[in-house]
Parts: sequence; structure tokens; C-alpha cells
Amino acid sequence: MAEMPESLAEIVEDFAAVDGQNKLQLLLEFSRELPELPAHLEQAAMEPVPECQSPLFLSVDSADTDHVQLYFSAPPEAPTTRGFASILHQGLHGHSARAILDVPDDFYLALGLGDAVSPLRLRGMSAMLTRIKRHLR
Amino acid sequence: MPIAADPTPTFADYEHPDRLVSTQWLSAHIGTPGLKVVESDEDVLLYDVGHIPGAVKVDWHLDLNDPVERDYIDGEQFAALMSRKGISRDDTVVIYGDKSNWWAAYALWVFTLFGHEDVRLLDGGRDAWLAENRETTLDVPDSPVTEYPVVERDDAPIRAYASDVLSSLGTIPLIDVRSPAEYTGERTHMPDYPEEGALRGGHIPTAVSIPWAKAAAADGRFRTRAELDEIYGEIVAQEKVIAYCRIGERSSHTWFVLTHLLGHSSVRNYDGSWTEWGNAVRVPIARGDEPGDAPSKQ
Repeated sequence: MAEMPESLAEIVEDFAAVDGQNKLQLLLEFSRELPELPAHLEQAAMEPVPECQSPLFLSVDSADTDHVQLYFSAPPEAPTTRGFASILHQGLHGHSARAILDVPDDFYLALGLGDAVSPLRLRGMSAMLTRIKRHLR
Repeated sequence: MPIAADPTPTFADYEHPDRLVSTQWLSAHIGTPGLKVVESDEDVLLYDVGHIPGAVKVDWHLDLNDPVERDYIDGEQFAALMSRKGISRDDTVVIYGDKSNWWAAYALWVFTLFGHEDVRLLDGGRDAWLAENRETTLDVPDSPVTEYPVVERDDAPIRAYASDVLSSLGTIPLIDVRSPAEYTGERTHMPDYPEEGALRGGHIPTAVSIPWAKAAAADGRFRTRAELDEIYGEIVAQEKVIAYCRIGERSSHTWFVLTHLLGHSSVRNYDGSWTEWGNAVRVPIARGDEPGDAPSKQ
């Protein structure tokens, strides 16, 4: 876990500390905590992404590479997606591009959600992280 | 004693109108003894953000699939699940879910593997219920445990394995219900589901492409009988049919349409679907828009 920013490592520890149904409840709490998009991004979020039925909108502002700004939005009917986005937001927002690029691509395995969320769908979180990293390379 | 069918006039056009209930009907029947409501979604958190009062959650991944092998649970596991959820063998079960009832149809199909007799879909699913601002709750019902009998799974009538598909290529018609780009082989996975891909793209030779969503209207409810007859007329005329998609959930939706709305008596769902076929060694694959021919027997 040495490669992870402390904020993300703490989230991983929180998930590791609870089991089964409580992990889902924790993910649900995260989904509720996903902040609204700033006003200047609201319009962009309403434009559909071609060939993509994902409900996730992602914007990465790396103008200041020491403090990368991450913005996510997902509809209420996709709470799992909101939960994943919220974990990445709380864990990585404001960190340096270097620190984000250093997060292991499989960090989500440590959340131990594989038994509660389908392991296949859980990899959607990894795909989200990959999309963020692509913006930073 | 089964609960009387929803008399909604448009349902009467379907072959088995007793397999559908409307949002109005369900609203009026919540709490009726012998009626159990089940929510089954793709998104595992949706039930927990609010569900139809009295509904229990059945998760396709955690509850219906075996935790180790890629197969469904067995008779004992199903009986334990039903008992835990407070469902009796002679209960009327109404299932609903997200995404135009993909997973609800899949759950209904799995219930059918175990011969649960009276299992119905809520037309339009979760979205229709919410769009009408109907009541939801966060309360998880504390249903008394039931004594559900152990009934062995009977796959043969409604489930096809890869070996069945391979041996009947060219004799039993296949219907591929994935998106057009998956059918042609342009994509090896659904948009934004890259993790559920396959090593090879395309379709099973001879399969015709009828994407599942053609059966759903814009509001997620099933299309009318006349519209469905138009879409599936040629398929329904065949003696036997096998439907597949990527992991068997979208083809459960089509299986429901063909079996219960159009009355076809021999439709099987190949749940291994493209994630099995497209990763298998030495099976024939066709690419492009045309169904392609069955390979000549060796």
C-alpha cells in the first residue's frame, strides 16, 4: 500500500474493516457523498459520450500537476458507479499527477468487494482509474 | 391458490397474459397474502436506495450463481434462498428490476429452471415504478422463514449448453440478441463492459441478429403483441429456437418475450453465450452482417 496516497489507503482500510452487507452499506454511503459537479462542467456532462453507454461523466483538470482536480458525475439510478467514483474522488482529488499514476491498477482488489459486487463489474472501478491515468500521461 | 391475473386489456393480446403485471395492479395488490415481490438489478446498490414496499432483493451474482463454478445454484441452494427470502413454493412471485428488466427476466428464467410455477414480471420494471412516483421504502421486510421444498434444477427444457449449440448448428435456429457491433465482430464486448469481453469477435454461424432492445418500448415496457409479431414472426415460426447474448441476461429477456408473450414452447437460453463461445478453442465463428453457414460436418 506504500504507493497509495494516504486518503485512498484509509478508504481501503475502512472497507477492509467491515464485511459482507456492511461493505455494501459503506459503498452506499460513498455514493451519497459524491459531490455535485461545478457549474462550468454541468453542460459538458449533459452531452452524451459517443458509443458509450456508461453513465459516468469524468473530467480531469491537470493544469496544476501537483494538485489534479477530479470531477465525476453519475445518475442516481447507478449508485454503484457513483460509489466507485466517490471513492476515487475522496481518495485522489487534489493529489499530484505522479501520485495518481502510481496508484496500483488493481488497488480495488484490496477493498474486498469482490464477493458483494460481481468481480467483473468491480473491474469497472479499475477502468475508471485507467481513464483518469490516461488524461495524465 | 394462485392470485388472479392482472386483467389489463393490452396484456390479453399476449399468449400468457398472466405472466405480466402492471404498476397499477402491483400497487393495488401489495401485501396480498401469497404475493411476494422480488427486486433483481444489475446495480447491486439500487435496492438499498429504495424499493417497492415489501420487496426482497435477489442478486443475480450472489444469490443465483454458484460461488465457485460457472453454473447456477442447485436445488438445495435454491430452496435455502427461497426460505430465507420468505417465499413459498405456491406463492405468486412478481419480479422487477433495472435496465428494462434484464436481470429480472434472468431471475425469472432461473426460477423457471426450478419449476417455480407462478412467477411474473412487472411490466416496465423499476424505472416505470419510479417514473410514476409510486411509493418506495428503505425497509427490508423481515419475512418469516418458509419451508421451500428442494426441487432439482431441470435445465433441459429451457437451457442450452455449448455442446447442444455446436451439435445442432444448421438445424436449430439461433438468435443473437447482442448489439449489432457485437454481432458483426467489430466489438468483443458491450460498450463500457470491456471486462466481460471475449478473445474473438463475431457470432455463432447461422445466428440471426435481433437485438433484445427491439422488444422494449421507450418507457421500458414490452412492445405490443402486433409489434412483437412483426419483429419475431420468422423466429416464432421455427419449431425450436436457442437465444444467446454475452452472459445470458439479455437473452433471458428475449426468452421471456418468445416464451410468454408470443407463446413459443421450445425456446432455450444459451447462458454460456459469447463469453463462452468467443473464448472457446476450435468452434466456428462468423463475422460481419450475414448469419453465415453452418460448417459442413467432418
